[in-house]
Parts: sequence; C-alpha cells; structure tokens
Amino acid sequence: MMARLQRLTTGPRQLSRLVNIGLPYLWLGLFFLLPFVIVLGISLAEPALAQPPYTALWEWVEEGVLAIRLNLQSYLLLAEDELYLTALLSSLWIALICTLLCLLLGYPMAYAIATASERWRVLLLMLIVLPFWTSFLIRVYAWMGILKSNGILNNVLLSLGVIEQPLQILHTPLAVYIGIVYSYLPFMILPLYANLTRLDFGLLEAAADLGCRPWRAFLAVTLPLSLPGIIAGSMLVFIPAVGEFVIPDLLGGPQTLMVGKMLWTEFFSNKDWPLASALAILLLAVLVVPFVLLQRLEENWERRLEDERS
Amino acid sequence: MSKAAVGAGPGSGSSLDSDLGKDSFHGRRWPLYSLLAFGYAFLYVPVLLLIIYSFNESRLVTVWAGFSTKWYGELLRNQQLLDAAWLSVRIAAVNASIALVLGTLAANALVRHGRFRGRTGFELLLTAPLVMPDVIIGLSLLLLFVALQQTLGWPPGRGFTTITIAHITFSMAYVAVIVRARLARMDRSLEEAAMDLGARPLKVYLSITLPLIAPALLAGWLLAFTLSLDDLVIASFVSGPGSTTLPMLVYASVRMGVSPQINALATIIVAVVSLAVVIAGLTMRRPQGERP
Repeated sequence: MMARLQRLTTGPRQLSRLVNIGLPYLWLGLFFLLPFVIVLGISLAEPALAQPPYTALWEWVEEGVLAIRLNLQSYLLLAEDELYLTALLSSLWIALICTLLCLLLGYPMAYAIATASERWRVLLLMLIVLPFWTSFLIRVYAWMGILKSNGILNNVLLSLGVIEQPLQILHTPLAVYIGIVYSYLPFMILPLYANLTRLDFGLLEAAADLGCRPWRAFLAVTLPLSLPGIIAGSMLVFIPAVGEFVIPDLLGGPQTLMVGKMLWTEFFSNKDWPLASALAILLLAVLVVPFVLLQRLEENWERRLEDERS
Repeated sequence: MSKAAVGAGPGSGSSLDSDLGKDSFHGRRWPLYSLLAFGYAFLYVPVLLLIIYSFNESRLVTVWAGFSTKWYGELLRNQQLLDAAWLSVRIAAVNASIALVLGTLAANALVRHGRFRGRTGFELLLTAPLVMPDVIIGLSLLLLFVALQQTLGWPPGRGFTTITIAHITFSMAYVAVIVRARLARMDRSLEEAAMDLGARPLKVYLSITLPLIAPALLAGWLLAFTLSLDDLVIASFVSGPGSTTLPMLVYASVRMGVSPQINALATIIVAVVSLAVVIAGLTMRRPQGERP
C-alpha cells in the first residue's frame, strides 16, 4: 500500500498528468478556444475586396506606433437591419417549439424504455441509438422525398381521398419542425433514459401502497426527480437546433429565417466574413446561458457517479 | 458496495419486476406503448422509404415503376462520387484514430486525476464541442487556419489536413464521453492487485486497463468515424478547392432535388452502419470487469 502511494506521487505520475491533461488541453485550446478569439477579432474588422476578405486589425504606422482599428460596423448592421434580429428570434422560437415537441414525444418513450424488462431494454435502446449513427444529411434528405408536393405523403393522402389538392409542406416552417424533431429526438431520449433508469421505483411503489393514483404519483414523484434529465435533454436539443443550418436549408423555405442559415449565406454567398463573424459572436452570446445550465448538470451528474463509487 | 448496488437501479429493481407487477404503480401501459410505437415509426419509416425507393426503376423517386438495381450500378460508375467517398473515408479513419487517443487521454484525466487545477475549464472545453452549432465551429476553425497561414505559412492549403483537424476537435469530445463513462464504472480491483504485485503504472494501464475498456474504445472509434463521414457544415468551411468530401457532394446534388442515386448511396451507408453497430452492440453486451 505504502509503496503504491509512493509510486503515485513520483515521476511516472507526473508524466501521466502531463500527457493525460496536457495533450487534450493543448489541442482544444489551439483548435477550439483560440478560433473564438480570432472570430471576435475578425468581427471587428472591415470587409474588403482582398484575400482574405477583411482588413487587418492593427498596423505599424511608424516606428514604435501601433494603430489598432476596431470597426463596429458589422455589429451596428446587425442592430439596425431588422432581418438579423428577426432571424435570431425566429431561430430561438423554432428551437424552443422543437425542444418541447421532442420532450412530449421523448419523455414517454424514455419512460417506457426505462421501465421495460431488461431483455427489451437493450433492443429498444439500440434502436434509439441506431439512427444517431446513420448519416444526418441523408435522414434529412429522406424527408424531402416524403414531403414534396408530388412526394410520398401527398401521393398516399391523394389516393386515399383524404385530400384533393397536394399539400404544400416542403419549404414551409412545418417541414423544418418535423426535420428538427426527427433529427434531435435521440438526443432528448438518451439523457432522459439515463436519468429514469436511476430513479428509485420503490418510491412509486410506496406512493401506490399509500393509495396514490399512478398519475398523481408521476406528477409528485417521477417528474420532479427526472428534472435533471429533462433539462439535459432539452439543452442537447435546443442549443444545436438554434444554430441549425442543413434542416432549414433543405426543408425550409424563404419564410423560415434561421440564424445558422443566415451566417452561411453571409459567409459563402456575400463573402462578408466580418458580418458572419459578428453573427457567430451574437449566436454564441445567446447560447451561453443554456450552455452553462448544461455544464452545471454535467458536474452534478459526475459528482453522483463519484459518490456511488466511494 | 451496497450503495453502488442501490444506485444501479436498472440492474437491481427491474429485473425482479415482471411487467405485470409494474402495472400496480406505473399505471396502464398501453398508452405508453402506443407512443413508443409511434416514436419508433417516426424514426424508422423515412429511412425505410428511402431504402425502398432506391430500388425503384423510375427516375422520379416517389413514383413506383418496378424493381431495379440500376441506380446502384450508376453509383458505382460515378467516378466523382467514388473519389469523394474515398477522401471521406480516409479523413474519417485518420480522424477516428487520433480522436480516440486524445479522447481517451482526456477521459483518463477526468476519471483518474481528480480535481486538478483548471479542471472546470477542461470540462467546459470538452462539453462545448458536443452542442456547439456546426456553423460556429466551421467558421471559427476556418478563420484560425487563414490566420495561421498568414502568420506561420502553415497549413499550406486547405483540404485533407484542415478537415481532419476540424473533425478531431469535435470527435474527441464524443470519444471522451464514451470512454469516461466506461472508466468511471470500471472495477479497479484488478489494477490494484497488479500494482500491489509491483507492476508499473504504465504497464498496468496498457495490459489491464485498456483491455478492460476495449469495447468503449471500439465504440468511440466507430462513433468518431461516422461523425466525420457525416459532417457537411464544418467540412464545407475548412475545405479548399479540389477536396470535396462525400457529404459536400451529396449536399450539392440534393439541393438540385431528389435523386435515386442518392437513395442508393443512402441505402449502402445505412446497411454498413447498421451492421457495424449491431456487431459493436453484440460485443459490448457482455462487458467484463463491470459492476453488476
């Protein structure tokens, strides 16, 4: 025992710390953190017809004098042109509705899986994880064929005589909602499932023994205890959905304004790198609060794992 | 140990419960099961339709005109598409291997090194790539590469290297999540025994820890591989002329409308991935050295 402790505090332990902590830290610092600093910098540059298409933030004017030019034009444009604010608010709204829809469908599913017999649980869970592994782009594409005006859904409804005219669903906000809920549903179910399987069902049994009806017991016991899972799942859906590009681009129409798509257009079509950067900074600022919430939950979760170990 | 047994709720309680017994306090099951069925249908019907229509004779993807495999033939003769697929597979393999190493190191750091200084920042940097919108990651990495090129002259151009670096950055976070969960639940008595018998920590790690967490390593590698193979947005930002990945090509084609060749491609991808996941799932089903 003593020998082991000693070994842990000397050389190899230090080296192990350095490698285990240092290498991933270095990589993420260089390729994840530093880029944000550069985005902030370029959001303060001026667009230019050059390669790359922005002006330098600083230059040496003369010996010993450094001139820094911070151009707030991009941010002013974001504030003045209503289009950008509308896009941001509409992205938040779409993401919120989709998160609620995912919760409404995902919670019962996670509950059913978590309370199924052990043999079923493995299979059901695998079926939730499986689409998560197949191409996201292709799954969004699948909905194009279904929702088109001469697509599968309209063909079926027309032949059944339910409708007389094909429904226009593709390139409308409804298609975007369907696409986002479809793509992000597993992200809602998995944390909820993880949370619900840890729930002490003895509490429900006790409630039932005391004469509590299942619904009351659910509202009074299960729901409050699964709140961490609800919040984690909601954040995992909400945060990426706000910045979603592929779904509004392929399924949405001109009325669906989303900030991710706008950023893409500013960058690729308008070649306005500073404005795209300013949009990215704005989006980041909006997402900080939900992100911190998610981070908190992760820490609690991990503490519980550690408690269980000891 | 007793606490762990109580905490492991899924294993302890429900295996004793029959579905019948649960009814007493879970309420009626059928509404729950019908929602479950609806949910699975919602998840699977679109992909099934995609697969069915890949065998359609007609160019119109949505009108059935008889069984045919001609789109698969056309797919295999599409040189541009094959080149893009080969590039994507190479990027995905290099990405998965490096992300596996970095992600596993990060998991070691979190599970084995306790509350080191800067841990909060470390965890933040590992969680952020999981949820960060792709457009932000893509844009920020491109701007980094442009700035690096201007100041250091590296990377010389954008393509294989820049896409791989970008993919590693977010893939390693996923690997870390998977490996970390496994490491945290691992039974450490074997390691302790080896240590007591005088094995060096590195030797213990390589010959005991790594084999014990091997299923998680496999799952992590596969997930990193598929995430890379699937990425459109980030690759579009950081790629250069002449390096078109498979999703970029698919996206360009899909924007023009629905095409049966893409259906055929989708079917192949779904088949390969399902096979890999089922195999991985079967190997992971009976994990060794895990607490019951």
